[in-house]
Amino acid sequence: MTATETEPEVPAPPPAGIDALRADDIVIAFGGLIAVNGVTFNVPEGGIVSLIGPNGAGKTTFFNVLTGLYRPTSGNVYLGGREVTGKAPHRIAKLGLARTFQNIRLFSLMTAEENVMVAMHSHLRSGIASTVFGMPWQRREEHRAHDASRDLLEFVGIGKVRNEYARNLSYGDQRRLEVARALALRPSVLLLDEPTAGMNPQESAQFVDFVHRVRDEKKVSVLLIEHDMSVVMRVSERITVLDRGERIAEGGPDDIRTNERVVEAYLGKTGTREGRRDK
Amino acid sequence: MTATSPPVNRRRLGALGWPIGFTIAVVLIFVFYRYWLPDSVDSVQKFVADWFPPAVINQCVIWVIMAIGLNVVVGYAGLLDLGYVAFWAIGTYVGAWLMSGWFFQVHWHIGGPPALNKAPGIHISFWLVLAFAGAFCALWGVLIGAPTLRLRSDYLAIVTLGFGEIIPQVFANGDSEHLGFALTNGQQSIVPIDGIGTGVFSQLKGVNAQLGVFDLPYRFLVFCLVAAFCVFVSLRLRRGRLGRAWLAIREDELAASMMGVSLVRTKLSSYAVGAVFGGMGGVCYAVAVGGASPNFSFSNSITILMMVVLGGMGNVWGVIIGALLVSWVNLNGLSQFGTWYNTQFNTNIDFPSYNFLIFGIILVLMMLYRREGLLPESRTRLIMREPMRTEMEGLGADIEAAEEEDEVILEEETEDELVGTETTGGSDGGKA
Repeated sequence: MTATETEPEVPAPPPAGIDALRADDIVIAFGGLIAVNGVTFNVPEGGIVSLIGPNGAGKTTFFNVLTGLYRPTSGNVYLGGREVTGKAPHRIAKLGLARTFQNIRLFSLMTAEENVMVAMHSHLRSGIASTVFGMPWQRREEHRAHDASRDLLEFVGIGKVRNEYARNLSYGDQRRLEVARALALRPSVLLLDEPTAGMNPQESAQFVDFVHRVRDEKKVSVLLIEHDMSVVMRVSERITVLDRGERIAEGGPDDIRTNERVVEAYLGKTGTREGRRDK
Repeated sequence: MTATSPPVNRRRLGALGWPIGFTIAVVLIFVFYRYWLPDSVDSVQKFVADWFPPAVINQCVIWVIMAIGLNVVVGYAGLLDLGYVAFWAIGTYVGAWLMSGWFFQVHWHIGGPPALNKAPGIHISFWLVLAFAGAFCALWGVLIGAPTLRLRSDYLAIVTLGFGEIIPQVFANGDSEHLGFALTNGQQSIVPIDGIGTGVFSQLKGVNAQLGVFDLPYRFLVFCLVAAFCVFVSLRLRRGRLGRAWLAIREDELAASMMGVSLVRTKLSSYAVGAVFGGMGGVCYAVAVGGASPNFSFSNSITILMMVVLGGMGNVWGVIIGALLVSWVNLNGLSQFGTWYNTQFNTNIDFPSYNFLIFGIILVLMMLYRREGLLPESRTRLIMREPMRTEMEGLGADIEAAEEEDEVILEEETEDELVGTETTGGSDGGKA
């Protein structure tokens, strides 16, 4: 399967309006290995978009380009119409791109509240001198940060454990704390990297509502990487499918469900009717 | 509760808790040396002079200042710095330059000892020099740190080690023979160094206007004041925005940067704050020993690091205890013990030459039985003692039973406890 062969089936790239997040023709090569090959992608304002694909499809690599961890070999990333390609991760985060991690990466020896307050770092002003002297504005700022983090923890439903160390929280609470921490950045786009990994079906179902609530109440656009198809199909307004570093399909849940190339990517060619016929 | 809770109620004493305790301890020691000791019986005087001579106590306080400084870098931000002695050396030489007749070409006097008003050299008040050395070292901290702190742990340790070697060498070779002009006195010391001006306190009975070599109890007060300043600053910073960022970097550098924490800036600030304390300690050291000689070495850096590790990384109080213990054993305790042992058992063992052997054994034992240090930060104790909750759950540990006791649990969460941490990749299926 070569790139030229696939071209006609892929829907045309979305028009270049002001999207919450847009990636243009991203290529990432590690030496001779091309991990992501010319992927164009956007997250509309207030949208919930999923990125799916089999293992090794380049999803996480693509995520890492968006968050500034990798500099793309070519292509550009725009956040709210502003180019952020290759900027340092903390700058991109400050500009409004927050993420959670596939395998939870909390600050495990800090309390839930402290975890959230770390993410407020870039929005707080106080420096060394004002902290040492305990200036009134520094104290007010700390108070506000405390209140804000409390609100966020309440919002994700773990307000009661705000003084527990993150490492002592249950798995589900740790996932929630990651979302609260990401929201503390006051992001315009929230990236969730396999957020339902390790959840049971019941929790995954609740998670769908949770994502909608986050989107509606916090006014963020959401981009998910997800393996659980039932979650993906229920939560996403649009789905982009990557396979071997290339975008092979894009569309609503119903389009993707029936898209042959997607089924083929997941199950292999022999899994499809054509595949069997070829034999 | 299976795990230790964070110290929520610590704040009951408020910000007043430690200054009171600290002041009481310092005043007691001061009163003991200044008023009680001179009037006590000979045997007590001899015991104290043998085991706890005031000059040694003063130097211990200086080591405490150093250890508090390194704790900001190693304990708070988790950066392994093997060259902290560089800042000590810089501080000491700044003290020597600005408080002696070394630069005889000039006559600069700012608040220096009035008796030296006609003398050549730079004579600036100890207190101003203290502030200047702090600022100067912060600058050097940034200069050294800016290229270095981009490196990750192991490499950072090696590079800091390099700087820790270079800077004392610069002072050792800074004489006219190597440099063309006399920046330092080469292998010799820069002596003498001015005393500490006491300002308005000289009105008090018994306090000299300049604390000279023999005003040891009063100097003790001064050094403790500097140490208290360092404690205050590090505690304040620890609880603020910057302290949280330091801890976050210590915990997970990558996640911290993804949460908007600038790694280079945050690391630099910890390095600079550590350098400030090192510089201040260096000035105190110059005054305490009355000169500046370039005998700083790698072993000094290691000793300070050992104080931090032994005392309990990240906890100022643990670090202070570690510093007092190690420095006392180093400076006096071991040799005194040797003298006592040799006379008692009629042997001839050179105990001080074994000090690194002894510290080595202590460190190994500590790592085996008390990795977190003597008085660790409550949160570090967790990581050394208890497995993480999700790890335990991964093994199928019965967390739910423990949960029922504390009503914090939310009803939906109960089922997922037995599910492992990683179920990713299961839904993928094979590829053709």
